[in-house]
Amino acid sequence: MARHEHQRTIRISALARVEGEGALFIRVRDGQPMDVRLQIYEPPRFFEALLRGRPHTDAPDITARICGICPVAYQMSACNALENLFGITIPQEIRQLRLLLYYAEWIQSHTLHVVMLHAPDFLGVDNVVQMAQTNRDLVQRALQLKKAGNQLLALIGGREIHPVNIRVGGFYSVPRPAELRKLRDPLQRGLETALALARWVAGFPFPDFEPKYEFVALRHPTEYAILDGHVVSSYGVDLPVSRFEELVVEHQVPHSTALHYEIAGRGSYLTGPLARFNLNFSQLSPLAQEVARETGHVPPLQNPFRSIVVRCLEIIHALEQSLALIERYEPPARPWVDYEVRSGIGFGASEAPRGLLYHRYEVGADGSIRDARIVPPTAQNQKRIEDDLRLLAPSVIQLPKDRATRFCEHVIRNYDPCISCATHFLRLDIVDEHS
Amino acid sequence: MPRRRRRPKLAVWKFASCDGCQLTLLDCEDELLLMSELFEIAYFLEASSAVVRGPYDLSLVEGSITTAEEVERIHAIRRQSRILVAMGACATAGGIQALRNFVDVEDMKRVVYASPEYVRTLEHSLPASAYVPVDYELPGCPPNKVQVLEFLTAFLQGRRPSIPTHSVCLDCKRQGIVCVMVAEGIPCLGPVTRTGCGALCPRYRRGCYGCFGPMESPNTESLSAWFLIRSGLAPQQLVPLYRSFNAAAPAFVEASQRYADPKSVQKAAESLGTHAFDQREPANGEA
Repeated sequence: MARHEHQRTIRISALARVEGEGALFIRVRDGQPMDVRLQIYEPPRFFEALLRGRPHTDAPDITARICGICPVAYQMSACNALENLFGITIPQEIRQLRLLLYYAEWIQSHTLHVVMLHAPDFLGVDNVVQMAQTNRDLVQRALQLKKAGNQLLALIGGREIHPVNIRVGGFYSVPRPAELRKLRDPLQRGLETALALARWVAGFPFPDFEPKYEFVALRHPTEYAILDGHVVSSYGVDLPVSRFEELVVEHQVPHSTALHYEIAGRGSYLTGPLARFNLNFSQLSPLAQEVARETGHVPPLQNPFRSIVVRCLEIIHALEQSLALIERYEPPARPWVDYEVRSGIGFGASEAPRGLLYHRYEVGADGSIRDARIVPPTAQNQKRIEDDLRLLAPSVIQLPKDRATRFCEHVIRNYDPCISCATHFLRLDIVDEHS
Repeated sequence: MPRRRRRPKLAVWKFASCDGCQLTLLDCEDELLLMSELFEIAYFLEASSAVVRGPYDLSLVEGSITTAEEVERIHAIRRQSRILVAMGACATAGGIQALRNFVDVEDMKRVVYASPEYVRTLEHSLPASAYVPVDYELPGCPPNKVQVLEFLTAFLQGRRPSIPTHSVCLDCKRQGIVCVMVAEGIPCLGPVTRTGCGALCPRYRRGCYGCFGPMESPNTESLSAWFLIRSGLAPQQLVPLYRSFNAAAPAFVEASQRYADPKSVQKAAESLGTHAFDQREPANGEA
């Protein structure tokens, strides 16, 4: 067939139930995907540029504003990078309080995605309100679980969105043990809800789809890495965070959407819950591992649709760890450690709910930021999302328009993309030359 | 239950922002389901795939206007909205991305992008009110959940919302929080910043960084003198203090100008002068 009679185009102009604004363009000709572009029309905000010349102490508060859903991740990666530069050792008590704060963010962010954004895909409804009509009790309980995460976040951080209490060297102030202990009950109830959620979503119908992924995540010697660690991949990579930029290549392609990230010489990779789960499974909390096995989710787990189950397992892990940390919490002698500013370059990373978040800062002798580099997880996953869609395109194209649209959105939502985070995305106008 | 009248149609729109203001709505865990009964959620892409066409009774706008497309879109939204509310520091004051208003945005492009020519953006990041009439503004980065709920309740009841405008400083006095500036010499924007956070930062023993923007008639000149004398800051250190999440709010622009370099002052003056109520009709807006 020399003429292209079997050409079809799918265009979703505004993706719903993702954080931020994006669009999708797919063109298939004779069953072969010709073009798959996840377009981000989130306007650029130039964070790396506007950090220049600012005091380094501004980095945690300013980079938090990259994303209202995962501000703690930005604050922690920023602190890690600057503490790395200044040679600050964070005392164990402060570190544990940071862990607790970060778990709180995982709990609220994952619950938001699992229940309010992703589950409606599996049930074929438009939103959580419709879902509540048939599952009111579980939705109510899930909202309370989300609230418990937010309460913990607000107690340690000051507020749920853009917490104010994090600084280079530690915290501005720390909670009293009695304040934290008040949250044990809601978190304990949350754990029961999380178990119910995990079992519920594990029974969803999952499309048969298992691409060969390269997973990238942090790994920590003794913890399921969240706060810090070194960079590992399922292809045997093991590097300190300071060498992350050697591993990934960034490009801006004229007729494609954005800065893409790839592993040099190999291509796209996946970061986020599925990567952490496959790389660090043995470090999940006992209960999370138990439910994983019970529901038949053990590594290697290659199906991205099942990331919803992994998010539930990570909620269980975060809750179990949080309860243990609250139990043995001792306030640090001082909320922060003093440090001396020195010029140089610092590297930091942590595991945002959506995956590895890397920061690099160059600081001058006066303590001001000379240069900044931020690599958010959604930017790293963008090429992988496109590759998933490319693999699925031949079957997607057989579906009626409405179902094809819903299915593509579902594939994208497997990654819980946070488009606001993806500071490096550009808008691109697509001209469909055949229509 | 027989419905006495039609539920008002609520739309939530996003411009250049972090999604935090919309998340404030989704963080109303106890009120969310009730809210969905009292309002028809007609457009809220972060939460729902279902889209109902306009016109809308109430539009909540998050984010600042930074591109030509966004200029057209805010006009189109205004045309379809009975009441338009700017929500958060980006929509009410241009947000942190308004730091571009003080420099050459082309320089910023070059810092971030290898091929800056593909990046299209306006020179200034401005609040919605720079382009269209705005009926109400909810300040804050992020806005306060309680204030958002108070606004929605007042809207349903057809009354004016009761949202205080006094300074953060007054909140500290009311709560008996020891003043971080007097006691520890920590620079604090509390005396010139509008309340809304409940004096959060001083409660956590740090200075207020002004995320709710300037209060009405703030005396920044006096506060700056305190910073210089009491906290021992150098004049140029005052500039980033005033230029953060509400950098483009006129009172903070003015405060920072006294200590800033002349080039950034001129650029900022342009952004305040030229864009006020640009009422030109957009060609063919979407929404």
